[in-house]
Amino acid sequence: MATEDIYILGINMTKFGKHPDKDTVDLAAQAALAALKDGGVTMKEMGVMAAGCLFGEGSVAQSIQKQIGQTGIPAYNVSNACATGATALRTTIMAIKAGECDMGLAVGVEKLAGAGLLGAKSRTDGKVFEPKGRFGAVVPTDGLIGTDNMPGTFAQVGMEYGHKYGGATFELFAKIAEKNHAHSTLNPLAAYTKRMTLDEIMNDVMIAYPNTRSMCSANCDGAAAAVVVSGSKLKTLSKEQQRRAIKVSASILTSDPYQEACQVLPDVNTLTRIAAKQAYEQAGVGPEDLDLVELHDCFATAELVHYDNLMLCEEGGAVDFFNSGATWRDGRLPVNVSGGLESKGHPIAATGIANIWEVCHHLRGEAGDRQIEGAKVGMAHVIGLGSACGLHILEKSAL
Amino acid sequence: MSSTVVPHVDYLVLGDNPHLVANECTNCSARFFGRRNACANCSGTDFRIVPIATEGVLRSFTIVTFAPPGVPVPFTAGIIDCGGTSVRANIINVDPTPDKVSLGMKVKLATYSLGKDDNGVEAIAFGYEPA
Repeated sequence: MATEDIYILGINMTKFGKHPDKDTVDLAAQAALAALKDGGVTMKEMGVMAAGCLFGEGSVAQSIQKQIGQTGIPAYNVSNACATGATALRTTIMAIKAGECDMGLAVGVEKLAGAGLLGAKSRTDGKVFEPKGRFGAVVPTDGLIGTDNMPGTFAQVGMEYGHKYGGATFELFAKIAEKNHAHSTLNPLAAYTKRMTLDEIMNDVMIAYPNTRSMCSANCDGAAAAVVVSGSKLKTLSKEQQRRAIKVSASILTSDPYQEACQVLPDVNTLTRIAAKQAYEQAGVGPEDLDLVELHDCFATAELVHYDNLMLCEEGGAVDFFNSGATWRDGRLPVNVSGGLESKGHPIAATGIANIWEVCHHLRGEAGDRQIEGAKVGMAHVIGLGSACGLHILEKSAL
Repeated sequence: MSSTVVPHVDYLVLGDNPHLVANECTNCSARFFGRRNACANCSGTDFRIVPIATEGVLRSFTIVTFAPPGVPVPFTAGIIDCGGTSVRANIINVDPTPDKVSLGMKVKLATYSLGKDDNGVEAIAFGYEPA
């Protein structure tokens, strides 16, 4: 059975950064209304809605509806760590593919400015040693049996790659951050747009070796929203809407299959590699066809391994691939021209739609100073630790 | 009073030869630390307890220098390949600096005291030190 082709009709992201005067619903509503306007449609035409706010209360989708349009459509509140936005988008896509409706809205929002270190909890040791939890731990394990914090976890992901293939030095990881900070200077919506030298990055506050502060994703506020439409519905819309629509030629979500060690150190590689294989097959394109990639550089150490996982280079070749200059915006395959999570910022649930926005912007030829000229095919990747991998391949309209 | 010494976690076995134990799936041999409902690899529900080698190779590490209140820093967190079973632990009895800790270094299990609680019970923790 042939399923419907899927297109992004309208899409928007707010400025990432500090929004002390707005709450999560304000930010989400702003992005949602702008995405609808961008697509030339209204809430009345939406047949489904999915939304996520990882650190928010339960029903963010309905809270948004109460501000922008309570039309009675099914609302899904999704939560999938850093892949929450991609999961909201994919939920909307699945409803359209299932034939339940022909248009839908996906929203991701987060307020994280000043949130500090994620993944770790402050520890207060009990006065009596009593076994608790799955390990029967008499005192909490974080800091005594490895680390739960995100910078340390992803540091180990990058170091493990170095152990396997070599060449992954502190300086190499810092150079990846140098690239992304340089890219962000052209993105007016990025939380940070300051170019940083390699020395500044390497001499910044060390958080978890080899990740210094400027090699970590930036906690910030932000929202992103997308309007999704079926191919047959799109044909009934205006030529201008059809021209700006971006084809979703692959939409994939994977979780991590069992591997030795995956419950000891999260394995963000296997599920990304599986998602990439599925995405290339579904889209009928290969890595050589990509004009730009937005991948999940939650830490500089993570970007390196995803060059390999997404098959942008040969297996084990990520260090040489980066050193060739390929992933700079003037290179063979620009990666994170938005500035990435390290400087654009990472308002968790917004990230998996904001990266789609970035790619769409280039494919529509609307990316201004940072336009990748002639971009026709792009990829957007997120990893939610735990783990979930969201992967989308997007293509310029044939019109 | 019952035992006056307890392990930090239930998969640390104390005594003359301290070592870790894992739950090994009797069907597919996948190994897990901690309480299980079933096997994540084959969904089998029968496990046997197996000892883990006390020596291994450091496969990855990070030096954590920034942590929430109550977690003393700096410390080295690592993943140790103990004869084919991966173990998560701190690297101890060596300075937590990149010139003292290196990928591929050989390490062995060591224990240390976490102190006593209000009832006088002492907890013993484990880490891996250079072999």
